[in-house]
Amino acid sequence: MTVNLAVEAVDLVKKFGDTVAVDGVSFVVPEGSVLGLLGPNGAGKTTTIEILEGFRMRSAGEVGVLGVDPAKGDEAWRARIGVVLQSWRDHGKWRVMELLDNLGRYYSPYGTPERERPYDADELVKMVGLEEHAGKKISTLSGGQRRRLDVAIGIVGRPELLFLDEPTAGFDPHARREFHDLVHRLSDLEDTTILLTTHDLDEAEKLADRILILAGGSIIADGSADALSRRMATNAEVKWTRDGQRFVHAPADATRFVREELFGQYGDAISDLEVRRASLEDAYMSLVQQFESGQRGSAAREFEVVVR
Amino acid sequence: MNPTMVAIQAGIRRGGIELRQTFTNFQDLWNYIFLPALFLAVMYFLRGKTVPGTDFSLSAMTIPSVFGMQIVFAGLFMVATMLFMEREDGTLLRAKATPHGMLGYLVGKIVQISGMSLVSVVTVLVPGALLFGGLKLGSPGAWFTLIWVLLLGLVATMPIGAVVGSLFSNPSSLGFVFVPMMGLIAISGIFYPITAFPVWLQWVGQVFPVYWTGLGMRSAFLPDSLASVEIGGSWRHLETVGVLGIWAVVGLVLAPVVLRRMARRESGSTVDARREKAMQRAGW
Repeated sequence: MTVNLAVEAVDLVKKFGDTVAVDGVSFVVPEGSVLGLLGPNGAGKTTTIEILEGFRMRSAGEVGVLGVDPAKGDEAWRARIGVVLQSWRDHGKWRVMELLDNLGRYYSPYGTPERERPYDADELVKMVGLEEHAGKKISTLSGGQRRRLDVAIGIVGRPELLFLDEPTAGFDPHARREFHDLVHRLSDLEDTTILLTTHDLDEAEKLADRILILAGGSIIADGSADALSRRMATNAEVKWTRDGQRFVHAPADATRFVREELFGQYGDAISDLEVRRASLEDAYMSLVQQFESGQRGSAAREFEVVVR
Repeated sequence: MNPTMVAIQAGIRRGGIELRQTFTNFQDLWNYIFLPALFLAVMYFLRGKTVPGTDFSLSAMTIPSVFGMQIVFAGLFMVATMLFMEREDGTLLRAKATPHGMLGYLVGKIVQISGMSLVSVVTVLVPGALLFGGLKLGSPGAWFTLIWVLLLGLVATMPIGAVVGSLFSNPSSLGFVFVPMMGLIAISGIFYPITAFPVWLQWVGQVFPVYWTGLGMRSAFLPDSLASVEIGGSWRHLETVGVLGIWAVVGLVLAPVVLRRMARRESGSTVDARREKAMQRAGW
C-alpha cells in the first residue's frame, strides 16, 4: 500500500536578512495523520507553517502541499486547505452565522460528491460549540469563543489539510478539552490531515500522531510521543547513599546498573535509592529554559544528545 | 457555477452586509449625520448670499458641490482608511486564505463604498432641497447625470484610495492624506466658485478629481444659467469625463500591482506584529 503525502518538505530554508529562521527542515505528513510542530517561541514553527500555507516565500528547499508548490498554489488548491492563524481580530461587526455563511459560499464550486463544500453554517457552529452565540456580534465574543470561531472558519470549506497555528492559546482547560475532541473528530471522521503548532507538550502528545520538535530553526527530534519518551528512558537518573555519602549517576540502562553495579557490588550498604526516568517534558522544559536564556545553539545540541 | 462568479456574488452580499452594518453602529451613523448637519448649518447661515454675478443662492449652489466632495472623500479617504484597518486586523489575510477571497473582498468594498456615498448624498440632498430650493430635482436628466458622475467619480478615486491604503503602514500617516485633501477641497470650487481664485490655483484644482465631481454634480442640479460662473462658462462634460477617466485608468493600472504586492506580504506574523504595535500605541 502506498501512502499519499499531504505535505512534503525537503531542506526548507527561510532567511530574514542575515537571520536564518528555518534552517534545512525536512519532513512529511501522510494523508489523514496529525503532525504536531512543537518548540519554544522563535523556533521557526510559524515561519514553517506560513511557507506551507503559501503566505511566505521560502529561501530554499522543495515543498509540496497536496501535491502543489504553495508558492504557486491557485484558488482551487486554496479551496482544499484550511488555515487557522495565531491571532485574528477581523470582522468584529459581523455576526457569527453571517460570516460563516458568507465565507462558506466561496467554497461551494469546489465541492465534490465525496466531499461536499462548504459545511452547513448551522452544523459548523454546533461542531465548535458556538450555537448559543450564533447570532452574536463577533466583537462581543470572549477570547476562547473567538478562537473557536477562527477554527470554524478554518474548516468551513471542509479542508483536506488543516493548518492550526497555536490553536488553543488562551483556552481554559474545558475549552481545550473540547477543542481536542474536535481535532480528533476532524481527523477520524472527516479524513482531514492536520498540521498544528503548539508550545504545549501535553497538547502535542494528546493530538499528534507524530511530533517534530523545532529549536533554532532545525528539527531536533522527530517521532511519536511514545517513541520520543522511550528514547528518553535511556537516560534515567539514579541517586543513592552509601557510607553516608550521596551519589548521582545517569547510566545507559538504569535497571541493569541498579541490579548489577549497585546491589551486586554493595548490597546492603546502599540506602535511599531513587531512580527517576527523565520525562520528555523535563527534557523539553530544560531545553526551553536554556533556549530562552540565550544559549540557542548549545541548548539544541544538548537536547539532541539527550533524545538520541 | 464558476468560482469567479460565485466570489463576485459572495462579494456583493458581503458589501450589502457591511453597508447594513453602517446603519447600526454609532460611529458610522455619526459620520453619516455629523458632516452633512455641519454643512447644512453653515449653508443655512449663509443663505442670504448669492453666487457672484447672479441672484442664485450660494447655499443652493454648494449642495451639489458637496456631493462631489463626498464622492471623492468616500473613494479616497474612506477606502484608504478601511483598507489600512482591514489589513491591520487580518480581514485581508482572511480574504487571501479563501478561494477568490480577494476578488470577493474588493467587490464587497465597491458595493459598500458606493452605497455609503449614495447614502451620504441623500442625507445632504433631502434636507438641502427642502431648505434652499432652486435645484432641478424634477428633471430625469439631473438624476442621470448624478448617477454617471457618482460612478465615474468612484471609479476615478477608489483605486487611488486603495493604493494609498496599501502603501501606508501607520495610521497617523493617513493624516498626511487628510490635510492636503482638505486644502484641495478648499481650492476646488466646492464652497465658492473656482473662478474667484487666481488662475494658477485654478489649474491646480483642475488636476484633481474633486473639482470635476463637484462640477459634474452642479451641472446635474443647477440651472444652466449657472454655468456662466464656471471656467469657460460651460459645464464641460467632455473634460469631466476626460480628467476623471485619466484618474480611473491610472488608478486601475496601479492598484492591482500595489494591492497584489501588499497582499503578498500579508501573513499571520505580520498581522500579529502590527497588533503588538497598535497595542503599544494604545498604551496597553
